[in-house]
Amino acid sequence: MLKEYLAISMFFIVALLIPVAVIFISRLVAPKKTTPEKEEVYECGVDTVGDTWIRFKTSYFLYALVFVVFDVETVFLYPWAVQFQQLGTFAFVEMFIFIAILVVGFWYAWKEGALEWK
Amino acid sequence: MNSNPDLLTSLAGSIRSVLSPLIGNPDGVDMAMYGVGLLAVITLIFTNAVILVWGERKVAGFMQSRYGPNRLGPWGLFQSIADVLKLMSKEDYRPKLVDKWVWALAPIIMFAPAVAAYAVLPFGKDLVPVDLNIGIFYFIAVSSITTIPLLMAGWGSNNKYSLIGGMRAVAQMVSYEIPLVFSMLGAIMLVGSLKMSSIVEAQSHIWFVFLQPVAFLVYVIAATAETNRAPFDLVEGESEIVAGPLTEYSGMRWAMFFLGEYANLLAVSAIASAVFLGGWQPLPLPGALGDMMHAIPGWIWFALKTYIMIFVFMWFRWTFPRFRVDQLMGFGWKVLLPLSLANILVTGVGIFLYRVAIGG
Repeated sequence: MLKEYLAISMFFIVALLIPVAVIFISRLVAPKKTTPEKEEVYECGVDTVGDTWIRFKTSYFLYALVFVVFDVETVFLYPWAVQFQQLGTFAFVEMFIFIAILVVGFWYAWKEGALEWK
Repeated sequence: MNSNPDLLTSLAGSIRSVLSPLIGNPDGVDMAMYGVGLLAVITLIFTNAVILVWGERKVAGFMQSRYGPNRLGPWGLFQSIADVLKLMSKEDYRPKLVDKWVWALAPIIMFAPAVAAYAVLPFGKDLVPVDLNIGIFYFIAVSSITTIPLLMAGWGSNNKYSLIGGMRAVAQMVSYEIPLVFSMLGAIMLVGSLKMSSIVEAQSHIWFVFLQPVAFLVYVIAATAETNRAPFDLVEGESEIVAGPLTEYSGMRWAMFFLGEYANLLAVSAIASAVFLGGWQPLPLPGALGDMMHAIPGWIWFALKTYIMIFVFMWFRWTFPRFRVDQLMGFGWKVLLPLSLANILVTGVGIFLYRVAIGG
């Protein structure tokens, strides 16, 4: 068990090192000739106007809230799905209650227009 | 079942028998075998990307009645190798306005989860690099990290197109993650385990695509969206926002995003073939034909199904026009999510009735 997670962390560490190594090697090979024009922001050849780091309107804010609700639900649903066959009738009844709560919330979000892109 | 070890399994066995006397400690040998798996996975990711770049252009060519790459080598096979050399020798410049750290870390973080997700893919019987008992859950968790580097690249680039692209990446992930995760729940209810090898084992009689056709459809659509491929390629949307978050990257940094993308494409296709198409299980045919199917090694079946899935994804890309943002969000929330919820309900009722019928 612990061994498996050690292996997973090994995967992660090596996975982080590979791109670093590859980018480093390409820096050794590649030419380095910067000109002021090259360092400009690329916006189709037109000079950039104004700041980019402004308060950006995230139109999907309400979607994101509904997403958080459902994402937490999935964390509960996965263990339930694994045990579904063992738990028998209990899990079966439980399913209707759980999904009913979800559907009511979902229906409310839909009705209130949280699922409209504005 | 096919009991004779095939090429790859016996290769793994012989590596283990060479390593055992050298290391001694059985735990050490296991760790070394995980290391071998890691090496194999990395080799696979790089070769696969080279093949897929070529394959995608060929498929695109044939779908649009043109040739695709045909100059370098037979059928243009060396084209993508030439591309790799070109990318390696390209200047790695940094635009002066970017946020240095966020911008530089994004391609690295894009690539890492793609490799880590491969740890649980069931390439064949006894050929799972790390057979975690929460395998599929781990896969979902790790593969959804890829949204963060896109947002990092979008914000860090200090470019308006990049920012829009990064924001779209999040919007897309928020809408399609849920149907993707829910679509696999039905299969898990049937198996009763999250371990990848058990999920494939459970399909020895019937593939889940026949028991869960709706879930399979939802999965394929959501996976297309999760890998940001057309018709859901609003993130890059080259005709609207240049290249989205990738606009300010060049050379190998850009190539890391590209590699990550193709690695993810292979990963979602592999999961589709493992969870719905029976993974390494051969075609379930009766009689002598079935025995012939069993003679083919499992990993070949797995590779075959995975590449068929990849072809389907490529087919989508070159057939469908791009969605609009509001259509994309609406489709994810109002069609896919209710469908996948209904699928869970129907699966639950089905399993319950079946168990009552057999008196279990």
